Amino acid sequence: MSTWTSDATVPRSTWFLRGVRAAFSLPGLILISSFIGFAALAKGAGVTATQAAFMTGTVWALPSMVVLVGAIASGAALPAAMFAVTLSAIRLMPMVMALVPEMRTGKTRQRVLYLLAHFVAVTSWVLAMERLKRVPPHMRTTYYAGLGGTLVTTNIIVVTVVYAVADALPSAVSAALLMLTPMYFLTSLWGSARERVGHVAMVLGLVLGPVFHIVLPQIDLLVAGLIGGTSAYGWHLWRRKARAA
Amino acid sequence: MFILVAGFAATDIWRFLGVYLGGKLSEDSDLLVLVRTMATALVAAVIGNLIVFPGGALGHTSLALRIAAAALGFVAYLVWGKRMVVGIAAAEFLLLAGLHLNF
Repeated sequence: MSTWTSDATVPRSTWFLRGVRAAFSLPGLILISSFIGFAALAKGAGVTATQAAFMTGTVWALPSMVVLVGAIASGAALPAAMFAVTLSAIRLMPMVMALVPEMRTGKTRQRVLYLLAHFVAVTSWVLAMERLKRVPPHMRTTYYAGLGGTLVTTNIIVVTVVYAVADALPSAVSAALLMLTPMYFLTSLWGSARERVGHVAMVLGLVLGPVFHIVLPQIDLLVAGLIGGTSAYGWHLWRRKARAA
Repeated sequence: MFILVAGFAATDIWRFLGVYLGGKLSEDSDLLVLVRTMATALVAAVIGNLIVFPGGALGHTSLALRIAAAALGFVAYLVWGKRMVVGIAAAEFLLLAGLHLNF
């Protein structure tokens, strides 16, 4: 950007605050609305406010949190719950791998990157990939700390507040809140799929999830993920072969 | 404790691996494609279950209304240039309108 030279003299605290401000953008507000939905979901599943707030701070990935709440609600054993959450969180790895080169400079300490990696989830990642380009390289970790830290803190507060007021809401409003999470996932997952095969996997998962919920309720998500994912991958290989031939 | 082991450890291990591997592994490698499709299908399964078998107040609405609201919201998202706000708002509007009309 053309403002780069003047920005180079701006102090570190300003970049932190600019990161904080970026959290209150449209994607940030959509994220808040889906955490409202999550709080409604967790409360309905019998999770306490403390557990839900704790989960928000430590897990910090909505799909994994929804899987975890589902596991708690259905009384799944620890290994099964952990396996399902692990599988749901795999997508964080390629996201972090793509983000790290954007933030790393010659002087960046490895410890800082590991710490900041905890803030990586769909929203902060999308915002960072879009905006870090306009931040001077040596200020990027500071900017991302402001952005990620604000998103986590804000949503812990949001979850706590929703727990306090949820009982007073009319049922139509509660139903609408519970609809926020699936719609947020549906649109963000479709948008973030990089290849066609991601869309195939998504459609398969949408159908297989409810099917296996009836057939194998204890391990429905795992089976749907493994079968849907492998089938989509098979389709991907088959199509590549058909194209090459 | 359950949350720490099954939630925190299970998610942050991937974030840490991501930092560690950052730049070492190609984003397009076949293994990563498979990993991504499985993760995508699993999260999609979560979405499917949230719409077909919801809890709380949403569970008292009809299945047809929930699927119609989600599907039309998704179509609106696609038609209006993949804007998430449009998709979410359209689905919510349809759900509330349907509830109001006692579907």
